[in-house]
Amino acid sequence: MSEERALVAHQFETAAQQRSAATLGMWVFLATEVLFFGGMLMAYTVYRVMDGAAFARASHAQNILLGGINTAVLLTSSLTMALGVHAAQEGRRRRSVLMLSATMVLGALFLGIKAVEYSQKFAEHLVPGVDFRYAGPDAGAAQIYFILYFLLTGFHAIHLTIGIGVLAVIAFSAARGRYTSAYSTPVEVAGLYWHFVDIVWIFLYPLIYLIQVYR
Amino acid sequence: MSAGSTPGTYVRVAGALYLLLALTVACAFIDMGPFNLVVAMTIAVAKAVLVVLFFMHVRSAGGLTRVVACAGAFWLLFMCVLTLTDFLTRN
Amino acid sequence: MSPHSITTHEHYLNAGYGPRSWLLTTDHKRIAILYMLSITFFFFVGGFFAFLMRLELLTPDGDLVSAETYNKLFSMHGITMVWFFLIPSIPSVLGNFLVPMMVGARDVAFPRLNLLSWYIYVVGGLFTLAAMIFGGVDTGWTFYTPFSSTYAHSNVIPVVIGIFILGFSSILTALNFIVTIHTMRAPGLTWFRLPLFIWAMYATSVILVLATPVLAITLAMLGVERIFGVGIFDPALGGDPLLFQHLFWFYSHPAVYIMILPAMGVVSELITCFARKKVFGYRFMAFSLLAIASVGFLVWGHHMFVSGQSAYAGMVFSALSFIVAIPSAVKVFNWAATLYKGSIAYHTPVLYGFGFIGLFTIGGLTGLFLASLALDVHVHDTYFVIAHFHYIMVGGAVMGYLGGIHYWWPKMTGRMYPEGWAKFAALVLFVGFNLTFFPQFILGYLGMPRRYHVYPPEFQVLNVLSTAGATILGIGYLIPFVYLIWSLRHGKNAGRNPWRATGLEWLTPSPPPVHNFDEIPVVTGEPYTYAGEEEQRE
Repeated sequence: MSEERALVAHQFETAAQQRSAATLGMWVFLATEVLFFGGMLMAYTVYRVMDGAAFARASHAQNILLGGINTAVLLTSSLTMALGVHAAQEGRRRRSVLMLSATMVLGALFLGIKAVEYSQKFAEHLVPGVDFRYAGPDAGAAQIYFILYFLLTGFHAIHLTIGIGVLAVIAFSAARGRYTSAYSTPVEVAGLYWHFVDIVWIFLYPLIYLIQVYR
Repeated sequence: MSAGSTPGTYVRVAGALYLLLALTVACAFIDMGPFNLVVAMTIAVAKAVLVVLFFMHVRSAGGLTRVVACAGAFWLLFMCVLTLTDFLTRN
Repeated sequence: MSPHSITTHEHYLNAGYGPRSWLLTTDHKRIAILYMLSITFFFFVGGFFAFLMRLELLTPDGDLVSAETYNKLFSMHGITMVWFFLIPSIPSVLGNFLVPMMVGARDVAFPRLNLLSWYIYVVGGLFTLAAMIFGGVDTGWTFYTPFSSTYAHSNVIPVVIGIFILGFSSILTALNFIVTIHTMRAPGLTWFRLPLFIWAMYATSVILVLATPVLAITLAMLGVERIFGVGIFDPALGGDPLLFQHLFWFYSHPAVYIMILPAMGVVSELITCFARKKVFGYRFMAFSLLAIASVGFLVWGHHMFVSGQSAYAGMVFSALSFIVAIPSAVKVFNWAATLYKGSIAYHTPVLYGFGFIGLFTIGGLTGLFLASLALDVHVHDTYFVIAHFHYIMVGGAVMGYLGGIHYWWPKMTGRMYPEGWAKFAALVLFVGFNLTFFPQFILGYLGMPRRYHVYPPEFQVLNVLSTAGATILGIGYLIPFVYLIWSLRHGKNAGRNPWRATGLEWLTPSPPPVHNFDEIPVVTGEPYTYAGEEEQRE
């Protein structure tokens, strides 16, 4: 068993204080992210209220199956992330590295499926500002739907990519035995971020893909 | 002191999340008029709550964490509600 | 005692020399100094734009600059002053220096993030400055669409990127303060034993954290619209320009509270110390700060009364705007009550405090004029609005900043500033300020619109008065700049606590050692244990 020592930075008095500060810091940061995505969701809300039919029609170009699979992928990645945090807290080096790697792979899978969807949009000329051809009187509202689609999923993908990068660093540290029952704060805090990215997608999936699907 | 639940709990929560995902998709194919959105958002909130409480350990966290966890959502609500007072009352 | 050396103890200024010890520091006190230098630079940049504007407005005709250039001047004046001076001023300078010390900590929770926030500020600032030098931006600091997104031919994108970058600096600073105040208070330092400056920094930080991200995403959407020619906010392409305004003001109204709450925190510290009397209604003062911070998020539509917003929404925002004035008024009454039967010493810091109280009251009351729908129809987009917010931003926030700088200068530098010159400068500033901006209330009431470089000839007298005042104001700001620098070498040795103030920061030597406290203090009593009139007889 490696020696269980927490590395306490000079400004903190105890390891517990450092850990609660780090956790609170990440939660405060996540609050800023809620408002960041919230601005786009605000725009989405206004335009969907003003012309819901146009949004519904535009959304029928989405692939519900791929979106659904991606949702399941992210939900699973949250599971592996939670298991990875748990393993790190118990100082279980191999399992934590395994779980963190699984999380990263699932994240990459999500991005891959997203890339497929984006290329489909390009092929169907549904990329506003670049190549947008949409027949119908509600082309303006449809264009807004697609801009918001790219903005929301694009920023989400950026956050996901950053998350994968962070997890790579954390997994590397975990592989070197850095995390024990005395010190696993970075993994916990990274976990909070990852789960947040999952939660954003939990809301994006029905809002983007599941509008009047019964039509 | 490590926060959180057991791996078994995490797996059960994940199972619940998959079920809710299936429910969301199923309900999307049923015409409920304006209630489709309400149902979809309710299920999404339920999934988010499960992730927050169990995966993000808020279930075992103190009041401050819970307040911060809710603050962003609350503020977003203010923004949307007050902005809609404009858009919904224009003629 | 030699006039050139201060004390012989090791402190944060002499613990390491050379650029690397400053540019790679994680000491919150050094980071505060780095910020102080940076924001002072941008203050003079913004002031320069204002000076050119006031020069043009000496005459009714557009004879100094073209309309397009004038548009750039007022835009760049606003952008520089709001984002690169006012918003960081008290939090990043006084907040960074004092928050850890006032809570009895050795540093903020995340010292490296603190340094990163300064670098982000510098990058954002230089980016924006470059955009201003190489063409400028002419959309107003408000970037209303579709002009900014579609029709403007100026450097909108670079400036917007610079402000987007700066937003992260704000967020990191605020995040640090929130975590520090929650988790690093000294033993015994309960919430209601905290100085009101800390309450003010906390409330400000909450606003920064919740509002700034909305600005970021709004500017990002503006950028996407401009670059890709899409129509999120452009009516010609199916968008709604009012959506931009809702999103923009959702941040920008709380932003003005970001600018004023820290100054209110400073003023509470000044009033209590120089009246030798504890703050009247401490809990009301603390809760008022929180009330202003929260209700301040619900009033943004008062900027949009005549934009095409629905009348019902206008009524809701008007009512809420009246409500948000109440906690501010509570604070003004409580400062007055603190002064009543106090033993007042008229040192420079509290002179700025008095200036704040009077000028903020005028600015705040005129805000109520603007919050009334019917009145606003007439004075919206006139100089009345400009006078209103300058009374609060300059008469309020800048005076609060200067009062705080003078008050804590001895602690930060170990030196006293020259009191005679300081009082003189405060007087010059007060006179210059009122001469600049009071005529603008009248001009606005008489109908002179804002953001125009020409005006009807009958407005010239008031404009000349205003420009004269601005000149005096400019000189007034140069005076402290000179004597504060002079004091670094020649100022009297300040000692640990020249004001005999309460508060943990005054327990340390001046300047403080790198780690602030040899031993973390234990707090056992209420703040502001001044004895009032009895102390005068000692």
